[in-house]
This record gives sequence, C-alpha cells and structure tokens, in this order.
Amino acid sequence: MTSDMWATLYVFVLASFIGLGVIRRVSRLLHTPLMSLTNAISAIAVVGAILITGGDYPLRIRILGAVALFASMTNIVSGFLITDRMLKMFKTGDKRPAASGVERS
Amino acid sequence: MIFGLVQLSYLVASALFIFSLHWMNTPATARKGVYAGVVGTTLAVAATWAEPTVGHHLWIIGAIALGFAVGIPLSMVPLTAVPQRTALSHAFGGVAAGLVGTAEFYLRIAENPGYLTPFRMTALITEIILGYLTFTGSLMATGKLQEVKWVPQRPVTYPGQNVINVALLALAVAIAVAVARTPTAPWAPYVFPVIIALALIFGVLLIIPIGGADMPTVIAILNSYAGLSAVAMGFVLDSKLLITAGALDGSSGLILAIIMCKAMNRSFTNVLFGAFGQVQQAKVGGEEKVYKSETIEGAAQVLEQASFVVIIPGYGMAVAQAQHKVRELYDQLKKRGITVKFAIHPVAGRMPGHMNVLLAEADIPYTDLVEMDEINPDMPQVDVALVVGANDVVNPAARSDKSSPIYGMPIIDADKARSVFAIKRSKNPGFAGIDNELYFADRTWMLFGDAKSVIGELVKELAGGSGMH
Repeated sequence: MTSDMWATLYVFVLASFIGLGVIRRVSRLLHTPLMSLTNAISAIAVVGAILITGGDYPLRIRILGAVALFASMTNIVSGFLITDRMLKMFKTGDKRPAASGVERS
Repeated sequence: MIFGLVQLSYLVASALFIFSLHWMNTPATARKGVYAGVVGTTLAVAATWAEPTVGHHLWIIGAIALGFAVGIPLSMVPLTAVPQRTALSHAFGGVAAGLVGTAEFYLRIAENPGYLTPFRMTALITEIILGYLTFTGSLMATGKLQEVKWVPQRPVTYPGQNVINVALLALAVAIAVAVARTPTAPWAPYVFPVIIALALIFGVLLIIPIGGADMPTVIAILNSYAGLSAVAMGFVLDSKLLITAGALDGSSGLILAIIMCKAMNRSFTNVLFGAFGQVQQAKVGGEEKVYKSETIEGAAQVLEQASFVVIIPGYGMAVAQAQHKVRELYDQLKKRGITVKFAIHPVAGRMPGHMNVLLAEADIPYTDLVEMDEINPDMPQVDVALVVGANDVVNPAARSDKSSPIYGMPIIDADKARSVFAIKRSKNPGFAGIDNELYFADRTWMLFGDAKSVIGELVKELAGGSGMH
C-alpha cells in the first residue's frame, strides 16, 4: 500500500517535470489549441468513470459514474475535434496546409 | 494476462500523450499531436472497458453516445467563442472528477473501508474540492465570457470579500481533514456533502470579483485546477495514467497562467483577489487633447509608400468581425512587395493564443504572426504601425506613467514606428476609461469608424489605385 503511494508520487513529480519541459517548448502561436488538447487528454479521467459505471455497484453510484463518463466523453470528443479544426487553419505563406504530411485525402 | 495488457495500454497511452504535447512545438507537426492523443485515449478507453469487472455495457455506450452528441456541436462553435467553450470544458472536467470522487467515497466506506488510507482520503478530498470548485468557477467564467444576462460582467465586490472566501475554504478544509482522519465514522457520509456544497459555493465566489480583462489568466488557472483534480483522482485509483495526463494538463495551465500574468504585469494573488476594493476611476478633467485624424485616401497613400507595415490587432478587431477585411488589406500590401507582419500581444484575445487562431482562420500565414518580444526591437524600422481594435496593449503610459493602472505591463511599442494609424470607433474614451497617449502623439493619425468598414475602404482605395477592378 505504502509502496503504491510512493510510486504514484514519483510518477506525479516526474510527469510534472516532463509537462513543464514539454509545454515550455510549445509554440506560442498554438496556446489556444494547446489548451483544448490538454483538456481532451486530461479527460482520460474517463477511465475512472468507466470503472464506476460498469462495476457491480448500487444504482446511485453508477448514475454518478455515468454522468462523469458523459462529461469526460464530451471533453474528449469536443477537445480533439476543435483542436484539429484550429490546427488545420495554421498555414504557411505558400498556402499549403502546415501539416500536409499527415493530411489524409 | 488481461491485467498486463491493460497496464501496457495505459503505459503506451501515457507515452502518446507526452508525444502529443511534444508535437505541439511547431504548427508543422501539431496535427500529428492530435492523432497521438486520439490513439492514446482510444487505447486507454478500450483497455479499461475490457477489464473483467466492467459490465453494464449499455450504460457505458449510452453515456459515450451522449458525450458524442454534445461534444460534436461543441467543437463547431465560432472561433470567437472558443474561450467560453474552453471554460465549459474545464467545468465538465471538474464535475467528472468531483462525481467520480463522490462515488468512490460512498462505494468504499460501504464495501471496502480499508482502501481509504489517509493518503487516499487526502487525495480524494483534494479531488472533490478541486473538482467541484472548478465546476462552478468555470461555469461562471463561461457565463461571463458568453455574456449571459444573469451573470454579472463587471467584477462584483463587497466588504470583507476575501475574508469570507478564505473562511469558507478554511471551513471546507477543516471538515475535509476531519473526514479524512476518520472516513469510517458514522457521521462522515452526512458531512461529506457539506464539503461538496462549500466547494461549489467557493467556486462561484472565487470568480465573481474577477473582471473580463483577467479572463485569460482565470481560464488558465482553472485549466490547471482541472488537471490537478485528475491527478488527485489518479492517486485515489492508483492510476499512473491519470496522474501523468493530469500532471501534463496541470503544468500546461500553470505555464499559461504565468505567461498571462507576466503579460499583464500582475501576480496570481493580484488576479484572484485584486479586484477587491480597487475601483478604477477614469481621470476627470485635464486639458482637452486633440486627435489628428486622417482620411482613407491619405492613409492609403502612406501605406503604399511604406516598405514595412506592422498591424497590431486587438480583440476589438474580432468584435467588429474585421479579420477577413484585414486579410484583404494584407494581400493588397503584400502584392506591392511591402513587408507586413502582425504584432501579437499575449493578451490580445480572450484566452492565451486566441488572436493567432482568429488570424489563422482568416487565412493569414502563421509565419507573419510575430510575438510582442520579437517585434519590439524592429519597431523603430517600421514605416506604418496600424492599430486595429487594440488599446491598452499599445498604450505608452504602461512604460512611463506610474499612476496608470496598466503601468509596468509590457506593450507593443507602436509609438516607436515612423507613423501610426489607429482605427477607433468614436472619439469617446475607451472601455477602460484610460487615456491612451498614443492617440495624441505627433506621429499618430486616427482613422475614425468601425474597424471592418475602415479597413474595407482602405482595401478599396488600394485596389482602385493600382487599377485592380
């Protein structure tokens, strides 16, 4: 139990340092999409909601889980979609989509 | 076997999330970042769903379907509404964390009280307080940004505000500590909702004294809270994936909030508690200063003669829906071989980076969007600085006038350009009631009118002059 606690605290500290390092390098142009992207990513809290909604638990507990699942899923769907929608608009001078490498036709 | 696979999926998802943010370092790879995030999330959801303890699949499918039904329209809002959508998504993130925390608490005290170690209880309490206060706080922020009628736009202040807020939070924490020490006490399930209620109220009280100009910072702070509540959930559930994702979100919000604060020369505490007692007064009296105004024809001529033009947009440009006209102006100038750059102040929009997105939507190449710090050294070489819908971010008083409310705020040095055109709707003082010295400077000429129509006429004039019809 206690080893779990220390392991999770380590993960938290290390992930925060990675986060600070990575985010600092994010282009300032993209801070709005960055926010919607991190929002979608942190909606991974959906896994907690799934465990509760799908578990063999009393009804009222599962209702709480289902509402949380809905809220997280909304963030995942709208977060990724709007991030991509915004990023598509960032073009270089020669008018080609910036991310033409991953553009699928 | 299943356990190993599930954990492996979580590990891969964590790595994908880090890559996702890494690829945001340039617009060229940013969309790859979105795909990495989608793959990571899908993987983690699928792995969790495959857990043997997860049943009630119809419930899960129903909630996911509803999430799509609401999420898809939310992703199609106009870009001017992105700040409120973002605030709303923080509310969703907060309420999800709060609800999962609530469910976990009642579940564990009934079935498995041993699971609620002091460490997990501390995390759980943190999760619900942060989650619920982010929920109501973000809803208030959404209301303010959306300009919903019953949400006051102006900062609401009253005597003893900070004392009341701090007392409320202290009370919530005190009850929380009591519950965390003895989660199995018979009174704990009855006291728990009190913590929730206090957190919900605190969220509202935290946001009502904050004015519209501070919204970019507030959104970033709420972003950070939403991330931290996910981290706390990760501690409760022993989920390293959640801790990683939440920490990434939390640090992102923190960095953005710091950038916003620096851009306004404010501190965190000043943003959160600063509105208290601080009633800004427009200076009354003083000598009548005189604007010099310029005609469209005259301005067009000066622009044509220029070799380096910098356009300084503010949120007023977006309010006037002038982005696309600005783009036409950009094209006209570019066609003449004139160098045109956009000078972007970090708080030019209503959330971090907002102005860049608004200009990108108008098809302006991101390579011509230049940050304040990068453009300022070049400003003395600029022939024409064109101010569109910006005010405070070009006010030289921020550099020189110690009595100004915006003193110390970094600004775009428009006044150092060889000539300045400022588009302004009327001769009345601006929204903040602060005089902008830039408008009275020797090298400044005003173009009075609605930004969209002024720019439109400039474009017409330039197009006509070059025989383009």
